[in-house]
Amino acid sequence: MSDALLSVNNFSVLYDVDPAVNAVNNVDFELRRGEILGLAGESGCGKTTLAYGIQRLLKAPAVITSGSVVFHDTTGEDIDISQLDVEQMRRFRWDKISMVFQGAMNALNPVATIGSQLEDVFEMHRPGLSKSQRREAVVELLEIVKVGGQRRRSFPHELSGGMRQRVMIAMALALRPQLMVMDEPTTALDVLVQREILKQISQLRHEFGFSVIFITHDLPLLLEISDRIAIMQAGHIVELNTAEQIWRNPRDPYTQKLLSSFPRLTGEKGLVAL
Amino acid sequence: MTALQPTLPTEEPNLPDDTFDALEVGTTATTASKGRSRIPWRFLGGRALFYLFTLWAAVTINFILPRLMKGDAVSAYLARNRNITPEAADGLRALLGLDTDKSLFEQYIDYWAHLLQGDLGVSLLHGLRPVTEVISQSLPWTIGLVGFATIVSFIIGTIGGAIVGWRRGSRLDALIPITTFLSTIPYFWLGLLAIAVFSVNLKLFPIGKAYGVGMSPEFTPEFIGQVIHHGFLPAATIIIASLGGWMLGMRNMMLTVLDEDYIMVAQAKGMPNRRVLWGYAARNAVLPQIQSFALSIGFIVGGTIVMEMVFSYPGVGKLLLDATNAKDYALMQGVFLVITLSVLVANILADIAYAFLDPRTRQTGA
Amino acid sequence: MTLLEFDSVTKVYSVRGAGQIKALDDVSFSLESGQTIGLVGQSGSGKSTIAKILTQLETPTSGEVRLDGKAIPRHGRGLRSYRQQLRMVFQDPFASLNPYHSVRHHIERPLRLDSVVPKDAMDDEVLRLLERVRLLPAIADRRPHELSGGQRQRVAIARALASRPKFLVADEPVSMLDVSIRLGVLTLLADLQREEGLGVLYITHDLATARHFSDEIIVLNQGQIVERGLADDVILRPTHPYTQELRAASPDPEKFFASTASTHGGAL
Repeated sequence: MSDALLSVNNFSVLYDVDPAVNAVNNVDFELRRGEILGLAGESGCGKTTLAYGIQRLLKAPAVITSGSVVFHDTTGEDIDISQLDVEQMRRFRWDKISMVFQGAMNALNPVATIGSQLEDVFEMHRPGLSKSQRREAVVELLEIVKVGGQRRRSFPHELSGGMRQRVMIAMALALRPQLMVMDEPTTALDVLVQREILKQISQLRHEFGFSVIFITHDLPLLLEISDRIAIMQAGHIVELNTAEQIWRNPRDPYTQKLLSSFPRLTGEKGLVAL
Repeated sequence: MTALQPTLPTEEPNLPDDTFDALEVGTTATTASKGRSRIPWRFLGGRALFYLFTLWAAVTINFILPRLMKGDAVSAYLARNRNITPEAADGLRALLGLDTDKSLFEQYIDYWAHLLQGDLGVSLLHGLRPVTEVISQSLPWTIGLVGFATIVSFIIGTIGGAIVGWRRGSRLDALIPITTFLSTIPYFWLGLLAIAVFSVNLKLFPIGKAYGVGMSPEFTPEFIGQVIHHGFLPAATIIIASLGGWMLGMRNMMLTVLDEDYIMVAQAKGMPNRRVLWGYAARNAVLPQIQSFALSIGFIVGGTIVMEMVFSYPGVGKLLLDATNAKDYALMQGVFLVITLSVLVANILADIAYAFLDPRTRQTGA
Repeated sequence: MTLLEFDSVTKVYSVRGAGQIKALDDVSFSLESGQTIGLVGQSGSGKSTIAKILTQLETPTSGEVRLDGKAIPRHGRGLRSYRQQLRMVFQDPFASLNPYHSVRHHIERPLRLDSVVPKDAMDDEVLRLLERVRLLPAIADRRPHELSGGQRQRVAIARALASRPKFLVADEPVSMLDVSIRLGVLTLLADLQREEGLGVLYITHDLATARHFSDEIIVLNQGQIVERGLADDVILRPTHPYTQELRAASPDPEKFFASTASTHGGAL
């Protein structure tokens, strides 16, 4: 079993509008098993397009113009994601790679209970389970993320933002995927709630061993939680290194510019050091 | 591509921060979910009171209106029927509640008394038969035909709209302008066209009426067959004419809903398209449609005079038209009352349906 | 020196079905011109309510707001004159500008309403204001959708400055902007504050920028002030447990890397 979980090679995405926009340009990177990779950049840099693109979640007018995405399953199999047909893709999704979306305000169906939305996943992907087994699994998930099993019958609008985000995490965790892609999962949350959720993600990562691609514009946050960080600008990865190296030895001028946009919380008053 | 832009910090609803104790119960929101019953009694109770009040107001207005036109009704009748003795005329007035011996308030009480007994007065136009009897002869035809057509139109239009919305950008989009075009065709022309083509030329359907001449209503398969045969064209033309509106409304709602994040999440979860379309998208998009549907049910009773004229269908619309022309106030009042009641009932049903379908309304009672 | 006083203000909202919500509970503070106060709070803390009360969009249930010792009038010319002195910059640069009107129109409006300058001096004043916020004159005839988020926010600031106010309430002015332009806009606000002698109330949830740009910091939690003091004191030596929690929860890479010498990320 190789150390790499995901190999992305020469990946490009184009928005077929007028004038055309090269959202992602020949991106190469490898995601290691069990690592947290931070994907940082400002709006329009392509980080979200990249993350959606490698899971083939993009919609028209986005077009994948080149590149391959290979998933190295724990079973030893190498799966070329771009080669999967619709049905294979449907089964692949959530089972191997799952996603936590930003703004869980709208990410949950408002007219269905939390429990039913979690059970959906099992119905689709684990058809062998009986109804009571599914229910048990859902309760277990809700306990793991500390929302509480009895919330199963609640509707999304009855929960606070932090709890909804935990439900999204529970949903992403349901099938014990090998990779979780998180798109600004804590942006709309309070700093205290954010810290709790991040702790939780870290705990779950240690317990279940999945990798995480964490997308955000909040670089100080990434510096604290990521193993490695990829800085994106205009569709390119301009720098990819360990969090510590990005902090101590940023090489690319854009990285330095990003770092210098954040004032220091403690220490000497002034901007983050270059 | 709103789904791909980072959403930026927004104000959170003012709910307690329960990260430190997931079991904390704070707001009414959390207590509401504790009980097993999901029926929002409080909400429905409030609405029921509101409707009772509306009903009372409608009946009162119904009472007042003809009394603003006092005198004409009986005189008009007398003008047509010369051989009525003055005593009979007085009796007629009393029957219609138009005698001025009693005070307005007493008449009002009488009116309610009659109403609650099911007595809506007598119809001048129909040989002094009780209004209830006259209306109940026509009402089933109207409700049956138009109700059926409206329901079918709603179902086809909504399902069609959901599919067209789901497959936006495909050739199915053409269905929208086609169906809306059909709705803009003046209905009488459509009806006459249908009769000309299918009844006169192709002789597939009868020209009009609810059932064959010379037959009388009874529950035999033969009669029912006749009803269906006669009702086909009117129903079909109504369906064709109203399909566009439902389809357009549903499709537009679908487009809005499909942009929501939870649809993308459902697809990302690996749910099959069919499930996402019906269980997630359509389920949310149909909510406003239900409101429209409820309103249109209310108007079934009074709204299809044109159809009745074209097809000589013995419905309530024609009844009302004739009554208005003849100034048959008792009958008019009776029909108004029925229409009002239908609209109210329809609204109540819609509210109930909505409360069940959309869990968010149960909270605020709005 | 002008003084804005927020005196024992309590604000209670009645919400149908949920009883009463106390958005603010006996909140008092004062803001001098020439000073920046950072109002730090998370959502639900009441900081937006304070902004609304200051701009008279809401009125206190009890307590008083005073400008130079006098209570704010509820209506009429007094209220007009108060509004001229206290302006607000909003969070959303996309929503606070009318997409149908040019930048010039936006800035001219307050100039006209408050008769700041005579009509023939209007054009010059618009250009002067644009220059103050470091925007080129050509921007004047553009429409909001042709501008970036940062430019829009600068226009909003220019508009706020048009009536020559004494106080500026900035409600999360940069949280919807791209990271690399935030500092630029905040620095602009700081410069303007110094040059025009404004009193600025900087409302935010972000401790780091609050520390960087404020003289004093007030920490708000669920409608109550839990801590206040000089910026560095509050952030570096917080006394209230809530402030301490806030500080511990905020990302601080400097401290993080200093303490975890060789372990990789994930050690939260």
